[in-house]
Amino acid sequence: MLAYLAKRLLSLVPVLLVITIATFMLIHIMPGGPAAAILGLEATQSDTDALNEAMGFDRPIAEQYINWIGGLFRGDLGDSLFLHQPVGQAISEHLGPTFSLAVVAEVIALLLAIPLGILAAYKRDSALDQLVRSLSLVGMAVPGFLLALFLMLFVGVRLHWLPIAGYAPLADGVWAHYRYLILPGISLGTIQAALIMRMTRSSMLEVLHLNFIKTVRSKGLRESKVLLKHALRNAFIPILTVIGQTFGTLVTGAVIIETIFNIPGIGQLVINSIERRDYTVIQGVVLTVTLLYVLINLIVDLLYGAVDPRVRLDRK
Amino acid sequence: MSQMSPASEKSRTSQMSRSGQKDRTALLDVRGLTTRFATERGPVTAVDGISFAMEPGEIIGIVGESGCGKSVMSQSIIRLLDYTDHVSYEGEVWLSGEELLRLSPSRMRKVRGNRVSMVFQDPLTSLDPLYPIGDQIAESLRQHRRLSRKEAQARALELLRMTGIPSPEQRIKEYPHQLSGGMQQRVMIAIALACEPQLLIADEPTTALDVTIQAQILELIVELNRRLGMGVLFITHDLGVVSEICTSVKVMYLGQIVEEMTTARLFANPLHPYTQGLIRSIPRLDGDRRRKLHVIEGTVPSLADRPEGCKFVTRCPYADAKCRSEEPPLETAEEGHRLKCWYYREIRSGAREATQYGE
Amino acid sequence: MVENIHDQSQLDRLGQLGRKLRREQRLLSCFRLRTNYDLLIGAAVLGALIVLAFIGPLLSPYDPLEMKVLDRLKPPSAAHWLGTDEFGRDLLTRVLHGARLSLGIGITVTLLTSLLGLIIGVYAAFYKPLDHILMRICDGLIAFPGILLAIALMATLGASASNVIIALTIVFTPSIARTIRSTALVVREQPYIEAIRAQGATNARIIWLHIAPNALSPLLVQAAFVFAEAILSEAALSFLGAGIPAPAPSWGNILQASKSVISKAWWMVTFPGIALVLSVLSLNMLGDGLRDFLDPRSKRKGKGSRRVRRVAP
Repeated sequence: MLAYLAKRLLSLVPVLLVITIATFMLIHIMPGGPAAAILGLEATQSDTDALNEAMGFDRPIAEQYINWIGGLFRGDLGDSLFLHQPVGQAISEHLGPTFSLAVVAEVIALLLAIPLGILAAYKRDSALDQLVRSLSLVGMAVPGFLLALFLMLFVGVRLHWLPIAGYAPLADGVWAHYRYLILPGISLGTIQAALIMRMTRSSMLEVLHLNFIKTVRSKGLRESKVLLKHALRNAFIPILTVIGQTFGTLVTGAVIIETIFNIPGIGQLVINSIERRDYTVIQGVVLTVTLLYVLINLIVDLLYGAVDPRVRLDRK
Repeated sequence: MSQMSPASEKSRTSQMSRSGQKDRTALLDVRGLTTRFATERGPVTAVDGISFAMEPGEIIGIVGESGCGKSVMSQSIIRLLDYTDHVSYEGEVWLSGEELLRLSPSRMRKVRGNRVSMVFQDPLTSLDPLYPIGDQIAESLRQHRRLSRKEAQARALELLRMTGIPSPEQRIKEYPHQLSGGMQQRVMIAIALACEPQLLIADEPTTALDVTIQAQILELIVELNRRLGMGVLFITHDLGVVSEICTSVKVMYLGQIVEEMTTARLFANPLHPYTQGLIRSIPRLDGDRRRKLHVIEGTVPSLADRPEGCKFVTRCPYADAKCRSEEPPLETAEEGHRLKCWYYREIRSGAREATQYGE
Repeated sequence: MVENIHDQSQLDRLGQLGRKLRREQRLLSCFRLRTNYDLLIGAAVLGALIVLAFIGPLLSPYDPLEMKVLDRLKPPSAAHWLGTDEFGRDLLTRVLHGARLSLGIGITVTLLTSLLGLIIGVYAAFYKPLDHILMRICDGLIAFPGILLAIALMATLGASASNVIIALTIVFTPSIARTIRSTALVVREQPYIEAIRAQGATNARIIWLHIAPNALSPLLVQAAFVFAEAILSEAALSFLGAGIPAPAPSWGNILQASKSVISKAWWMVTFPGIALVLSVLSLNMLGDGLRDFLDPRSKRKGKGSRRVRRVAP
């Protein structure tokens, strides 16, 4: 297991290298150079020079990269040009709402997708299966922001059930916190649900055809045990993979959903920073979220080992 | 020849009354078992009116090529096909006086793995790869005997020892992929024997194994059959295996039993053209090497287009118009030897020449 | 059997058999096409949308950009079938022009990613050292949550239609390249490639004449999914204000504008929304259908092989 972990970590090195270079280059591919882009077209030469000097943009690019990486190891993502605070601090202040939203969405998605996916596979070609298949097809085609608008239109504007915008921290009470997150959570969770449902169904279908399902049934076990203890666990690795892969969708989806529902999370920070040309913040958010995404996928890989002894015991 | 001979008529009725009395003592009494699958192109009959009975402790062989319905028949007995879409059973399956086809699903579950167990062909894919083998053996004990986790594990260890796995204390914690094919099949047998079933259905249990391992597994099955007195229904396409362990044999073709007899008679005096073909196609070490190995002409027709009359008609060298239109009954040729063929007497006496098949 | 093969009648029989087999195969593929509802429905709906995008704007009497303050936020009527927007522009006209923009950007991105992905994929599969470098870069780019990378690129490149195309091409190419590479690796190991090489074929000839054509059917399937994802991503970027700049009638822009008038003008959300969903749905169905058609085994196994990563929100 340790060897497997070490190998997995080692394979991350080139990925991290590409990620950091690409993120670093974000600032430098701007037309007219970073300083001009930050200051805008009307900036004077002396302003530009001053900024170049202050930010170190006049240094050789390799040196800038190494300095930047050195900062990363100390947890320093640079300073926001607009907020006058360290980027790391700005991000951590906005991380809470995004995290809450992502959790609500993922929980909604899992609660919906896994039971329905299992039942659809078990009752293949039944009315329920047809419904699940159409739902996941449509679910994948409706982007979260569009669903958010529809939900606002029907639930918020017409029915007044739930607030259509705003946010309250968990400190204000559980219901106060979550009632703001229900509509955004559904908007964000639906695509997740569609993708997970599709994978659960197809993975379960595949496993239900395997020989050992017959053995398990020939032992006289209940169907619930056959399905959950044996079939689902065997079908779980692809499902886990989709959950890991779609985590990226979840976070980037949150970026858009937050701007619609006015939730002060990472998404709002990014969109506001684009308007303010606050590039160090954009860079910091992209890097943080990407590293988080890489971490989640690493955890998913390690979970494979927990689910499947063949992964745990055999891979050197 | 167009009418059924009086002898065969008589044998049919006597056989029916015989099996009518049998159900009290018989371990397994299958009567007219028919299994159909509904497909897009209409119903397909995979098992067609099979009847036979089996005494406790008996080992019966079911032989036939792949696609002849052996596996469907064996899985119909414990209704494993319930979970396949669009399946329907007809007939009766009596297990020690209880009719299985009419049991509720939950009562049926109490039979499976408890009173009747099954061992499958490919042991690796037949075991759940994600659980230690000890847990998989313990599972049916916990289900049927309500044993505690500890008791079940202890019993699993005992079972592993009984199947002759070396150092069972270590093996019990291992996963299927860590064992060799022979050991995996021993684990499958341990699972099947966990609740001391009255009947073991072994569906080609040695086909996927090496020859030396095959012999060991066969030996194990025979030994357990003697020690525990459990009946064994042994399904195989290998006549050699049948001759080694079975007391009697049923030869299946396209969902029907076409000939049944004692193992001794199978080799000494096969009467059905299909059985004769099967026996002649066994390679022999002492045979003439220049002689070509016999093959039965043609292939097994698909279950979807089974012929009208005798099911073997498309491949039988002796077939004529009558065979094509009328299905022969299962006749008694001699005591304990029955077969489905219009012309077995003529074939035996050499009065009927093989014609060009297919005309 | 082998020595009898020179016998003319035998050869005739083999020829007949071959012809019969080919005929049956053709019939089978017709049958597969006829029962492949995903493919048929997807292609039909997509075709209809493309025709509408081409012809629609020509038939409309309205200008997609001209503002008429008196006609602000009118509900659907005989004059304005889908109503008007917050500046009094005809919504139907804008949705139809939006279709041109969205489908046009989608097609361009799809063609560019397919071409780049194909080149990178086959060369990576063929040259080992190149493979290591290219695939590490692809892995790195795939590690970014898709649309976040697109947003960041748009933020630095500046909002414009051509930058949307560039950003999305960067985002989607790596996964196409990976798909092509894995197919090409399998083909490269086939014995007949070895035979062709032994006859002295150049590498370029082997790559473009023998390996690339084999990668086309997975490419076609993936291209349908990229098309769908590109349309979604463009809409999302425009919705965020990081895509096509404002007055242009992209679906994302119309939806963005609808947000502030959502309590007054349901039609501004509904119609561009339906257009967006229909085009993505039809492309997804087309992709599924193509996969089942080109690789029938995948359907029987019941396994979805959607390799394009899901980037759009």
